[in-house]
Amino acid sequence: MDTAVPERPQVASLPADELEAPPLTLGQLTWRRFRRHKMAIFGSITLAILVLYSILGVFIYSEKEANFTDTKARLQSPSAEHLMGTDTVGRDILARTIYGGQISILIGLTAMMVEVFVGVTIGAISGYYGGRMDSILMRFTEAVLIIPQIFLLLVMAKYFGDSVRNVNIFGRTFSGSVIVIVLIIGLTSWPYLARIVRAQFLSLKENEFILAARATGTPRSQIIFRHILPNSIAPIAVAATLGVANAITLEAYISFLGLGVRPPTATWGNMLEGAYNYIETAWWLWLFPGALMALTVLSINFIGDGLRDALDPRSRAV
Amino acid sequence: MTRYIIRRLLQAIPLLLIISLVLFVLMENIGDPLATMGGRTVTRSADRERLTRQLGLDKPVIVRYVYWLIGNDWTKFDLDGDGIPETQGTRKGVLRGDFGNSLIAKQPVTEVIWDRLPNTLLLMVTSELVIILGALLIGVYSALHQYSKLDNTITALTFILYSLPVFLFALGAIYIFSVSFKRWGLPSFPAVGMFDPQVGKTPSQVAIHMVLPVATLSFIYFAAYSRYIRSSMLDVISQDYVRTARSKGLPRREVIYGHALKNAALPIVTVIGLDLPFLLGGAIVTERIFAWPGMGRLFLDNLSRGDTPVVMGILMMIAVAVIIFQIITDVAYAWLDPRIRFD
Repeated sequence: MDTAVPERPQVASLPADELEAPPLTLGQLTWRRFRRHKMAIFGSITLAILVLYSILGVFIYSEKEANFTDTKARLQSPSAEHLMGTDTVGRDILARTIYGGQISILIGLTAMMVEVFVGVTIGAISGYYGGRMDSILMRFTEAVLIIPQIFLLLVMAKYFGDSVRNVNIFGRTFSGSVIVIVLIIGLTSWPYLARIVRAQFLSLKENEFILAARATGTPRSQIIFRHILPNSIAPIAVAATLGVANAITLEAYISFLGLGVRPPTATWGNMLEGAYNYIETAWWLWLFPGALMALTVLSINFIGDGLRDALDPRSRAV
Repeated sequence: MTRYIIRRLLQAIPLLLIISLVLFVLMENIGDPLATMGGRTVTRSADRERLTRQLGLDKPVIVRYVYWLIGNDWTKFDLDGDGIPETQGTRKGVLRGDFGNSLIAKQPVTEVIWDRLPNTLLLMVTSELVIILGALLIGVYSALHQYSKLDNTITALTFILYSLPVFLFALGAIYIFSVSFKRWGLPSFPAVGMFDPQVGKTPSQVAIHMVLPVATLSFIYFAAYSRYIRSSMLDVISQDYVRTARSKGLPRREVIYGHALKNAALPIVTVIGLDLPFLLGGAIVTERIFAWPGMGRLFLDNLSRGDTPVVMGILMMIAVAVIIFQIITDVAYAWLDPRIRFD
């Protein structure tokens, strides 16, 4: 968002900190520009609070309490005992938003990693090698883009839904569907990133420094990973950040439609499942998990936007 | 141009074939078609075998895909299980417009989809119009008053709306305008269905039932569209020809709407053209929440019950629509902007 700070870069009088010697690294430069982006800072702080909420909450509520059903205390409105009320089977919503938050954020991060891995690999191969390889990979990318992502996700969620068994990590049981959801979101989100990376590689590989690297006999893998990839890190970082927000939203959509993460594991998305049946009687069912999720997505989008402005001041957000 | 269109269409054919094959294989395991078809009645193993043969489920998936694609009226089948093919196939295949029969509705898939399509189109076209009009107003205003208080507020608001999950907006809208308004004795909007069954499907009933779903769909998209318009408008109004128009002394209104907006709207054509086919599939979540009898809900219901022919039909229809709209968008863009040429 380019309007949060109405600053217009003036060539004649750069801010003092950008004229100072010694030269700054990309990281330092980015941080300097990033922290001027008010909304991005707001987003970072909010996100930090939300992450702390779902991590530190573990010390207040155990997972047993989050999954404890008390049919005598069904659908209770927020009270001193249950600050956010209880759901349809009497589970405490506050406790569940804590554990649901962990899973939602975890899904966002891991799905993004899958997306980045596939997207960068396909985009890099396509852009660097070109030719027949490029046209095959790009046709493949188009094929994935032709079916709207939500339809693909629903079909795949239905197909793979129960194929992974529940896993135990650190004495906690996670629904196997978490892994399925992560994989299918990652495997349907990469096409846009692949296109970005391909475009970057196409233009970068024509530069003189690549020619020089090639002339000095640098191995191909080094050219790709040491010379071209670091130069295209900016758009990848931005796309990855926004990818996290996107994955969290998508998980919520599939879970909301009943094909997402299965119980007992809570996510912000599957807490909303069926909540609309109680819209007239129990607003706390959907408001709290929904608001937490919206706030997370908003914060990440703000950060992504600030990152875009900071990493590449020329390409401003629309 | 004609050559360009023909080339694009030819390129689309292998794409559609691959997509349909992958989806067809994926569909195989989404449910038990026998259970879907006969419910609990198909428990006798003889019945199951007969049905399996009737549906062609005893054949390998590739053979079934070929039958789905080009039909099976050119070959004979063994329906009674004696090992001798004797029954002539009847299906014509997708390439000849036969998507098979729905397992649940026991009707041709095309009819099932045809029933729902108008409902989705009604909802989507209305929303699209609201989105375009609203986004034009917001975008142009924001661009002309760049960095003003209202522009900053709009920017922040659109950003929040853009991040808001559809269901949260929808649930909030229902809670406020349907539930709370009724409670306070104010005129409230209905939240479920397309019309009140007691009143019947009158235009006014449908219109009032459309208010909340259309608002939900529009508000979410306002954000992205108005951002596009704002930035392309900002690009255009700093160009020389706009300055020329201004210095000639043309009225401000004329400059903005006659000169600037015409060119600024060009990129929007692309966005709209690429979004339209997605609207065809219906907004699944919105249709589900508001119980709107459209394509999105048809897809969900049939997916959860394992009705493969209908699900495949919907998906292929969307895929074809996406490809056709991509081509139309390219052509329209080239027609609107003479600088673009295809060779």
